[in-house]
Amino acid sequence: MKRLLTLAASVLALTAPAMAQDVTITNARLVIGDGSAPIEGGTVVVRGGNVVYAGPAAGAPQGGTAVDAGGAWVTPGIFATVTTLGLADVSAVDESNDITARETPFSAALDAATAINPTSQHILVHKAAGITRAATAMMPSGSIFAGQGAIIDLDGDATPVVQARAFQMINLGEGGADRAGGSRAAAHALLRAALREAQALVGKAGIPETTEIGKDDEVLLSRFDAEALVPVVTGRQKLYVAVDRMADIRSVLALKQEYPRLDLVLVGATEGWLVADEIAAAGVPVIANGLIDLPETFEQLGATQSNAGRMAKAGVKVAINAATMQDPRRLQQVAGNLVALTKMPGATGMEWGQAFAAISSVPAEISGMGGKAGVLKPGAMGDVVIWTDDPLEVGSVPTQVFIGGVAQDLTNHQTRLRDRYKTLDESNRPKAYDW
Amino acid sequence: MKLRSRASALATLASALALSACATTGGSGDTASASAKSDDAFAATPAGEPVFASTYKPFPNVATAIRGATVYDGKGGVIEGGVVFMSGGKIVAVGGPDTPIPADIAVFDGAGKFVTPGIIDIHSHLGDYPSPGVEAHSDGNEATAPTTPEVWAEHSVWPQDPGFSRALANGGITALQILPGSANLMGGRSVTLKNVPARTVQGMKFPGAPYSMKMACGENPKRVYGNRGRMPSTRMGNFAVNRETWLGAIDYANQKDPKRDLAKETLVGVLKGEILIQNHCYRADEMALVLDMAKEMGYKVAAFHHAVEAYKIGDLLRENDVCSAIWADWYGFKMESYDGILENAAFLQREGACVVIHSDDQNDIQRLNQEAAKAQAAGQRLGMDIPDATVIQWITLNPAKAMGIDKLTGSLEPGKMADVVLWNGDPLSVYSRPEKVWIDGALMFDAMNPKNRPVSDFELGQPGEGDVK
Repeated sequence: MKRLLTLAASVLALTAPAMAQDVTITNARLVIGDGSAPIEGGTVVVRGGNVVYAGPAAGAPQGGTAVDAGGAWVTPGIFATVTTLGLADVSAVDESNDITARETPFSAALDAATAINPTSQHILVHKAAGITRAATAMMPSGSIFAGQGAIIDLDGDATPVVQARAFQMINLGEGGADRAGGSRAAAHALLRAALREAQALVGKAGIPETTEIGKDDEVLLSRFDAEALVPVVTGRQKLYVAVDRMADIRSVLALKQEYPRLDLVLVGATEGWLVADEIAAAGVPVIANGLIDLPETFEQLGATQSNAGRMAKAGVKVAINAATMQDPRRLQQVAGNLVALTKMPGATGMEWGQAFAAISSVPAEISGMGGKAGVLKPGAMGDVVIWTDDPLEVGSVPTQVFIGGVAQDLTNHQTRLRDRYKTLDESNRPKAYDW
Repeated sequence: MKLRSRASALATLASALALSACATTGGSGDTASASAKSDDAFAATPAGEPVFASTYKPFPNVATAIRGATVYDGKGGVIEGGVVFMSGGKIVAVGGPDTPIPADIAVFDGAGKFVTPGIIDIHSHLGDYPSPGVEAHSDGNEATAPTTPEVWAEHSVWPQDPGFSRALANGGITALQILPGSANLMGGRSVTLKNVPARTVQGMKFPGAPYSMKMACGENPKRVYGNRGRMPSTRMGNFAVNRETWLGAIDYANQKDPKRDLAKETLVGVLKGEILIQNHCYRADEMALVLDMAKEMGYKVAAFHHAVEAYKIGDLLRENDVCSAIWADWYGFKMESYDGILENAAFLQREGACVVIHSDDQNDIQRLNQEAAKAQAAGQRLGMDIPDATVIQWITLNPAKAMGIDKLTGSLEPGKMADVVLWNGDPLSVYSRPEKVWIDGALMFDAMNPKNRPVSDFELGQPGEGDVK
C-alpha cells in the first residue's frame, strides 16, 4: 500500500506541486548555518514545510517521515547571491539569454521575476549542488541600473519566485561609468538625477519633495523607471551597488548623507579591506568577491583573497558573491578556500562556521530573508541538505535535498548524460534508445 | 577558450606591423647575423634554426631534502614518509624513509605534509591576456584572418603579468603553456614557460620544450569570421579552410627550395612531428572529424582542449593516443559546452585515455589541484576509485606529456628538473595550499617567508603591493 501511495505521489508530482511532508532527519552532523559549531548526532524536524526543531536528538519532537543521515553532514540549503540563475539556458546563445537587455528603453523598471525559467538546467544543476535559494538579477546593460532582482527557490516547480522586486542593482564602478557615458561622474550624476525623480514622485506621501524636478518631468528616466525607484529612495527596497575601488566604496557610503533612507548593500568590494572600518561603521553589508586576487581591472589593484576575511574581522557583515565565479555551485569551494587561508601566515580567512554562514545565513539576511533561509532554526523554511562529505570540501555533493520540506528529485541533463555514458557499450542497442 | 569580452578586441594594424618589423630586424639569431656579414649579403637566420632562444637560467639553489612527507611522484606512485632530495637543480633521489641524504644540506620536515611535482597548466593565456585586462593588453587573438599559423604567442607575452605570481603561490604552477586564443582555426604557435620572474619572455622560455600549434574547432572561428561575412561561417567552412590550408602546407613541404613563409614553416613543423597540435574542441563528433582530418593530412593531435564531450569517445581518444585537457565543472555557457558533465575525467580514465586538467583561466590556474579533486570525486560517487596518485598525474606528468616536456619535468624521478611543491596538507583537499615551491631546485615561493613572494613591476607602489594575495 505504501508503495502504491509513493507511485501515486510521483505521478502527481509531474502535474501538481509536490506537497511538503513532515520529515525528521536524525543522526546528523548538524550545521545550523549561523556560524555555530556543528552538532554531532543532531536532529532536524520539518513540519508543514518549515523547520520546527534543529538541535541535539534529545528534545526533538517525534513524528514525521524518518530519515537517518548516518552521521553525514546536514546543513541548511546554500543561499546563492548574486546570481543569474533562471535567466539563461546558454548565456552565449542570445535567444536563450535574458540576463541583459541592450535594446530596451527601460532600465530600473526591469523585473527579473518576470523572466525566471524554473526548469532551466542551470537551476536544476545548482539544486543538485545544494543551492536551494538564490538572489537572481539581471546585469546592467544599457544603463547603470540592472533592474529589480528576485529571490527564487530552486525546486523547479511553477512558482520559483519567493520575493519579486527584492532589490534594485546598480553599478557605480568602471562598468557603470562605461554605461553612463564614460565617467564615474556621469554615473553618479545619473544616479542622483534618477533618485530625485523618484523622490519627486513620492511627494507628500513619503519623503518631502526636495527637488525642482517636477513630477511629470522625464528628465532621464521614463516614468516607469522612475516609479520603480520609489521603493529604493524610500528605503523599502534594498539598493545593491556594485563597486570595487576603495574610493568608489567611500562614494557609495556617502550617498547615505544625501539619501538617508537608502538601504545599501555593497557588491564586489574588491578593495573593501582597505576601508573595512568605514564600511563597518556605516553598517552596510557586503556581498564580497571571495578569491579575486588579481588586478584584473584598475579598480581592483588591491585585490586579495584576504578581502572577505579582513572585512569580516573588522565587523562587516560579509556574504560571498557568486557573480564572479564560473558558476554559483562554486560557492562552497570558495568558502572552503577561505578556511584554508586561516593556515597561511599573513592571510586572513574565516573559520569553518563563519565561512559556511557566508554562503547560507548571511546572504539570506542581506537579501531580506533573515531567519527564513540559510539557517536551520524554528520558523525557517524547510531547506535541508544531506551531504556526501564536509560541504565545503571539493567534490562534496548532496545525497538528498529538501526545499520547503519537499524532497527533491536531483535528476537533470547532466545526471542523465552521466548515466547514459556510464559505459560505452553499444552492443545491445544504440545509446539513443536507453531512456 | 571561453567567450570573454576582452578577448574580442582586435590588434590594430599598426601594432601588427610593428611586431613584424621587430621580428625581421631584431632577431637574436647570433650565428645567422654573423654568417650574413661574412657572405656580404643580407639573410635571416635560416628556417628551423632557433630564434628568440631561451635565456632561462635557474635561480640559485642549494641542495635540499624534504623528509617525512607523503610523496606523489607524478607518474602514479605514492610514498608514505618519503624523501625527496634535490641538488644542482635536479632531482637526485626519491624514496622511502631510509633514502640516504647528505648530512650538510637543508632539510625540511614534511611530516603531515605532501610533496608533488610542480603543477603544470597546459592551457593558459597569462601574459597574452594579462591583468589588468584592458584593451591595450588584449594580445591573445590575432583575429584578423581565419588561419594565422605565422604568429607566435611568445611575442605577446608580458612577463610582468601579476597572474604568474598568483599561479605560483596559490597553485604551485612551475610550468605552463601559453596558447594563442581560439578566434582562429589555426591560432599560431604556443610557448612553454618556466613560471619564474623575468624581464623578458626569453628569460622564462622552458629550455628544450617543443613548440605547439593551436587549432580551434567549432563555434569560435565560425562566429568570428561568419560575423564578418567571410569564410568560415559554418562548421563545414571550418573544415574546408583547414584542409585547404594543410594541402597548401604539404605542397610547400614538397618544394625543393621554397621562399620562406612563416605560416607554412609552422605547418610543416607539424607535419614533420616537430610541432605538436593543441586543438580547442568541445564536441565529441567534431573531435572524431578532426582525428580523420589529421589522418588525411598526416599529422597528430597531441591534445584536445576544453574537450567537454570527450567522455563520449574515450575509446576513440585512447586508440588515437590523444590527451583530453578539460575543466572539472565548466558547462553550459555556450552551445558546445551544454553536454559538460562532472564525470568527464573519470570516464576517460575508465577507458584508459589520457586525462589532463587545464585552466584557460587566470583564477582557475591557482587551483588546478582542487579542480582535479572535484573530477576525482565525481567518479568516486559512481564507485570508480581513482587513486590520489593518479589524479595528481592529471596535473603533472600528463600535461607534460601532451606538451612534449615529460622527459624533463612532470614527475619526481632522478635526473629530472627539480620542480617540486611542498603542500601544507593533502593537495586534493580544499583546505591545503602550497607552502614551498621549487623550480629547478631554486626556492621560488615560501609561504612562511614574506620576502619570498614575487611582486611584478606593475604592482610596485600600488595598493596591496607584496600582500599575501
